[in-house]
Amino acid sequence: MTHAETAAATATNDEPAVAAVQSPRSARRPRGLRRTAELVLFLSPALLLFVGFVLLPIVLAAFDGLYNWTGFGPLGRFTGLHNYALVLTDPVFREAFTHNVIIAVASIALQLPIGFGIALLLNRRIRGRSVVRMLAFAPFVLPYATTAVMWSLLLQPGGFVDQIMKQIGLGRLVQLWLANLHLVLYTMIVVLTWQFFGFAMLLMLAGLQGIPAELREAAALDGASGWQTTWHITLPLLGPTIRIWMFLSIVGSLQVFDQVFIITGGGPANASATMATYLYQRGFASYEFGYGSAIAVIMFIICFAFALIYQRFVLRRDTRGALTRAVG
Amino acid sequence: MIRVSATLGARSVPPGPAAPARRLKIPVATPVTYLVGLLLVGIIAVPLLFVIVDGFRSNAQISGSATALPHPWVWQNYSAILTSSNFWEPLANSALIAAIATALVVGLGSMAAFALSRYSFRGREGFYFLFAVGLLFPLNAASLPLYLLLDKIGLLNNPFGVALPEAGFGLPITIVILRPFMRAIPGELEDAAVVDGATRIRFFWRILLPLSRPALATVAVLAFVQSWNTYLLPLLVFTSPQRFTLPLAVANFNTQYSQNTASILAFTALSMMPALGCFIFAQRHLVGGFTGAVKG
Repeated sequence: MTHAETAAATATNDEPAVAAVQSPRSARRPRGLRRTAELVLFLSPALLLFVGFVLLPIVLAAFDGLYNWTGFGPLGRFTGLHNYALVLTDPVFREAFTHNVIIAVASIALQLPIGFGIALLLNRRIRGRSVVRMLAFAPFVLPYATTAVMWSLLLQPGGFVDQIMKQIGLGRLVQLWLANLHLVLYTMIVVLTWQFFGFAMLLMLAGLQGIPAELREAAALDGASGWQTTWHITLPLLGPTIRIWMFLSIVGSLQVFDQVFIITGGGPANASATMATYLYQRGFASYEFGYGSAIAVIMFIICFAFALIYQRFVLRRDTRGALTRAVG
Repeated sequence: MIRVSATLGARSVPPGPAAPARRLKIPVATPVTYLVGLLLVGIIAVPLLFVIVDGFRSNAQISGSATALPHPWVWQNYSAILTSSNFWEPLANSALIAAIATALVVGLGSMAAFALSRYSFRGREGFYFLFAVGLLFPLNAASLPLYLLLDKIGLLNNPFGVALPEAGFGLPITIVILRPFMRAIPGELEDAAVVDGATRIRFFWRILLPLSRPALATVAVLAFVQSWNTYLLPLLVFTSPQRFTLPLAVANFNTQYSQNTASILAFTALSMMPALGCFIFAQRHLVGGFTGAVKG
């Protein structure tokens, strides 16, 4: 979960449109030295905190990854890029990365239609809309650790889920949700969908309400059916919202940790491991700091590369002009 | 990424009273609509209700049948937790860490945003870009390197060992939100303040910060929620249970008392309450502001 995700969720109408930016250059400038001192005073604390706790650790990790370091005390033997090569050929890391990709694809395949459908539904005059809207968003604001504990109890063999299924006559479909090697990843996907679809819904609801009703009315006058209007008018106009949501969703999927770690610990037999749980398992639980650092750096590079590529090829179209036109 | 946030910002501007939300009368069968709505409420609410309601059972009742209403209602699970430090101590720890992180983010972030928005100097955009790139740094990936760093500087098992990195990771979004806001405040105000003999620092403190209050509230909420929910970093930093934050305490309670399902349920339910309570209290603003001017 990135900051940006929560940001989007809580961004309020108080934020000014970027279009209103004015050049501050017109302001009078104090003279040289004093001005420099002010700048240092204002900028350096944040810069120190940021460099010290955000940039420095990654740089140090890239450095630590060069060593065969297995514990506290001095770094171990210098092994060059050996750790990085090991990580990249490590079958478990590859499996974990595949799981991250599956989670990302499934998140989009499930949450996009569900979120869009429910947003369409709620964008109407129905009774109790605000209650539904609030509830749909509630899982997203709960600490993931608490919902993870909740799901681990729900999904225990003979637990609440199994009991409900038996009561509604689906008893034969009951599975070992968390112990079945072939099922556990999909169980986790259900849990993640439960937690996050409200976020997709809310973003799209906000997008929908920015689409002028006149557009739909005009299409209806021209004889378009409800489906046609939705497909050809509403969906394209939601494009920018959907593309940003997809970005946040994928970045989140690449970093999944809390739910998987608490519910399954990445098991059984790494069947639900993600890059982050594997990082914990190798780097922390078994004190392979050099190897763990290499995993961290590779994970970081994967996220960063994805972000740059996505920014370059997908988000490029969403210039402010296009967006403001869409919002109307 | 800069653009991402900018678009998000622009998107969240409500249409305003000039564009009243006129809706088409859509002749789709409303029973279906209500049915789907009901289904949705069920899927979300049932697991949460399960946790809260089953916290009122004894363990024997749970293994018998976890789906009916408790009979009789057992208050002891909740009362035992509410009267022990198991719950209150992590709650206080979480609150302390979130408060420190939020104060740092808002304080340092607004200062940096001021420098980056209302001074022009060589390298300004470079600094801004540096912070904005931080949006792409995943805290989870950085947690092991952070742990090693905190070990070196002796901040393990210390609330600051969690609060400082959280604040650092909160700075990018804060600056990205605050900078356009501060830029949009008219330069004439600053000129007037300078003419009246105020220094830049005074202008920042007495005029700019009060004017930025709505944006400051947004970034403060973000930082607080982010800190409140963080799990992996405190998991690495804190080894003694007295230091645990609430998410850690919940997960730990789950493994430590794994035989006592009823207690775990009650503990989990209670630990959801602060977030749920704040959300219900604030959702008018949150969801309302988020979804624009249309009434729910």
